[in-house]
Amino acid sequence: MPDNPRENTDRIYLFVCFDPMPLLRKIILSLMLWLLAVSGSPLSAALGHDHPTATRYESITDRSFAWPTVDEWVRVLTLRDYNTRVVLVGTTLLGIAAGILGCFTLLRKRALMGDALSHATLPGIGIAFMLAVMTGGTGKSLPILLLGAAVSGVLGLAMILLIRNLTRLKEDTALGIILSVFFGAGVAVLGVVQSMGKGHAAGLESFINGKTASMVASDAQLIACVAALVVFFCVALFKEFRLICFDAEYAKSQGWPTILLDVVMMSLVIVVTVIGLQAVGLILIIALLIVPAAAARFWTERLVVMLMIAGLLGAASSLIGASLSALLPNFPSGAMIVLTATVFFLISMFLGAERGVFIRWANRWKFEQKVRRQHLLRAVFELVEGDEIGAGTPAYPISFQDLLAMRSWSARRLSREVGRAVRDGLIIETYAADRKINFTQQGFREAALVVRQHRLWELYLITHADIAPSHVDRDADTIEHVLGPDMMAELEALLFTTGVPASPHKVETQALPGH
Amino acid sequence: MLNNHSIPARTRGADHSPESPLSIHDLTVAYDRKPVLWDVDLEVSAGKLIGIVGPNGAGKSTLIKAVLDLLPRASGHVNIFGKSYKESRARVGYVPQRESVDWDFPVSALDVVAMGRYRKIGWCRPVTRSHKNAAMEALDRVGIANLAHRQISQLSGGQQQRAFLARALVQDADLYLMDEPFAAVDAATETAIVGLLQNLRERGKTCLIVHHDLQTVREYFDEVILMNMRVVAHGPTETTFTEENLRKTYGGKLTLLGEAAEANARQSAGKH
Repeated sequence: MPDNPRENTDRIYLFVCFDPMPLLRKIILSLMLWLLAVSGSPLSAALGHDHPTATRYESITDRSFAWPTVDEWVRVLTLRDYNTRVVLVGTTLLGIAAGILGCFTLLRKRALMGDALSHATLPGIGIAFMLAVMTGGTGKSLPILLLGAAVSGVLGLAMILLIRNLTRLKEDTALGIILSVFFGAGVAVLGVVQSMGKGHAAGLESFINGKTASMVASDAQLIACVAALVVFFCVALFKEFRLICFDAEYAKSQGWPTILLDVVMMSLVIVVTVIGLQAVGLILIIALLIVPAAAARFWTERLVVMLMIAGLLGAASSLIGASLSALLPNFPSGAMIVLTATVFFLISMFLGAERGVFIRWANRWKFEQKVRRQHLLRAVFELVEGDEIGAGTPAYPISFQDLLAMRSWSARRLSREVGRAVRDGLIIETYAADRKINFTQQGFREAALVVRQHRLWELYLITHADIAPSHVDRDADTIEHVLGPDMMAELEALLFTTGVPASPHKVETQALPGH
Repeated sequence: MLNNHSIPARTRGADHSPESPLSIHDLTVAYDRKPVLWDVDLEVSAGKLIGIVGPNGAGKSTLIKAVLDLLPRASGHVNIFGKSYKESRARVGYVPQRESVDWDFPVSALDVVAMGRYRKIGWCRPVTRSHKNAAMEALDRVGIANLAHRQISQLSGGQQQRAFLARALVQDADLYLMDEPFAAVDAATETAIVGLLQNLRERGKTCLIVHHDLQTVREYFDEVILMNMRVVAHGPTETTFTEENLRKTYGGKLTLLGEAAEANARQSAGKH
C-alpha cells in the first residue's frame, strides 16, 4: 500500500492550506511589544543608567521558600521587579537566538557538534576564574568568565576541525573526543578552583546546570544584546546558511567559502552557549538548540516559517522555564527550560500541521477510505456493466449478495461502505424483496472513472510490461488509487483509448468457493 | 558574456587554445592516495554535447569535481575558457548527482533554482523579485513551472532532476557540467532534458554529461569521452563510440594499471 505523501494527492486541505504567516507575524509583533514594555528602557540601562526603582542586587532569586506564595506568583507573573523583567527578557532573547540558530545546525546535520562545543566551554570558565582571582579580582566578573568560555569553545572547534582534516577519524569520533576531554578537563579545573579556598567559586557550578538565580540585571542586558546580535547574523546570512545546509558541495563550486560559513555558524553556536551558561547551563543548552528547531519542522515545509516558529518556541520555553525556576528556586532553570521545550516538542510532534503524527494518520486514513470507496464503486460497476440506460443508472439494481461475492470483504464491512456511499449520494439502496443497490448518476460517473484507471493500467501492463492478462488484476488493484491526472494522460496517449475500455480479462468474483 | 582576452592564462601546453571551453592537462586525482584519475588530457570543443561514458568507479564524477576545484588535484591543471576555474566560475553551470543532497529539506523548487543566482546576488542580500522571475523562467524551460512552490520532497525523481537543471540554467553559463542527469528519470523527463540540451547547443553552449546508458549515447551526443581512470578514447561519437573502444573501456585490462598506481601510491606514502 503506497503511503508516500508525494503520491497521496488527496491531502487534507483544511490543514495544509492554513497559512501560519499572518498569525505568526501578529504573535511575534505582540511578543516584541510586550518585551519592550516589560524591559523598561534596556538601552539606557545598558549604558549604565540604572533603573531608578531597581535595587540592583535584589534579584528574583533571593528567596528560599519551598513553595511560592500567591504574592510571589503575582510578583513574578506581573514582572514587578526590574531584575525579574530584565532576566526574563534576556533569557527570552536567548531562546529566540537558540531557536533560529538551531534550525540551521539541525539542517546542516551538525546538531551534536553544538553539544561538543558547549561542553568544551567548561575549562575556559574555570581557568578564567583562576586568572581573575590571581590578578586580584573576585573572579565573579561575568564578561571575563564568558570570554574564557568562548576561548575554550573556539579551541574545541579548532581541534574538532583539526582531527577531522588531519586524520582519517570520522567527525563523530572527533566530537566524542573533544566533548569528553574538554569536559573532563573542566571538571578538574573546577576542582582546583575549589581547593583555592577563595569561597567565591561556588557560583561556578551554576554554569553547568543553569541558574537564573545568579543573574543580575547587567548580566541579563549583556545576554540580551549578544542574543540580538546572533539573531542579526542569522538573518543577514540566511541565504548563505540555507545554501550550505542544502547543498554544500554546490555552494563550494559556486565559490562560496563553505568552510568559513561553517565556522561562522559554529562560532555562533559557541556564542549562544556562552550567553546561555547562566540561564540554561552548558549541559542542557544543546536542548535549546535542537528541540525548538526539531519541533518547528513539524509545522512547516518553509525554512523562513520554520525559523520563526523555532524562535517563538525557544522564546516561550525560555520565558516559561525561567519564570518557573524563579518561583521554585530548587528547580534549576536549565532543566525547567528544557522540560518546557520538550512539552512544546511533544505537542508539535503530534499536532504539527505539516508532518505531525496526527496529520499523517489522518492522511493515511483518508487514503484508505478512498481505496475502500473505489473498490466498492468498481465492484458495483463491474456487476452492472453493459446494463446502463440513458441517464447512466443501470436498468436493474444489483443484489447485495452478488456484490458481497465480488471481493473478499465481510458483509459488515460492505454494509458500512455502502452506507457511506449512500450518504455521499453515490448509491441508492432499496429494500423491496431483498436488499438492492443501484448507482446514482454521480456515482456512475465516478465509478466509470475508477474502472477506467484500473483497466488502463491493466492494458498497460499487458501491452508494455508483458504480464499475462490473468495476473494484472491484482497489481492494478493497488495502482488504480494513486494514478494522477498526469499519468492518466500518459496512459491514454500510450494506449490510444478514451472512455472505459472493456476488461482485458474475465471479470471474476474474488470470493473463494467455500464462501 | 564572451571574454575576448588575448593573453593565454598560462604558458605551458601551447597546444590548448585559450578559448576552448575546457582543457585539461595531465590531471591526476587521488582519494586517500589511491589514484582515481590518471594523467587525463582533454580538449573540449565549443558548442557540443559531449557524453562521458565508462564503468562504475571509472572516475567520471571525479573528473567533473576536479574541474570544479571540489577535489584536490595530485597534479595537472585545468583551464576553462583559457582561465582557471576560479576566474571563469560564472561561466560554468554545475548539475550534481541528484542523490547528493537530502531532498527532505524545507525549501520549494523555486528556492532551489534561485540558489543558482546567489553568487550574482552577493553576500547578505535577499533574493529579489527579478531573481525569482529568472528562476521561474528556468523552471518553465524545464517544464515544471507549475510546481514552483511545491516542497522539493513532494516532487518526483524526474522533477527533482529538472529542478537541479534549472538551477544551472538560471546561471546562464557557457559550459555546463552535468553528473548523470539521466539517472533514474522517467521517460517524460528524459525527453525534456534531451530537448533542453539541444536548445543549449543551438545557443552555442557546451555541455559535458556523465552518462550511463550506452544505448542512447549515439542518439544524444556529438562527442564522447570513454573513460576508465584515464581517457581511453575521445572524439566524435560516430568514429569513437566503437565496439573496440568500448571493449578497451569496459574490459578488464586496466586492473593492472590500477594495481600499479596503488603500489606506487603506497610507496610514496611510506607504507609497504
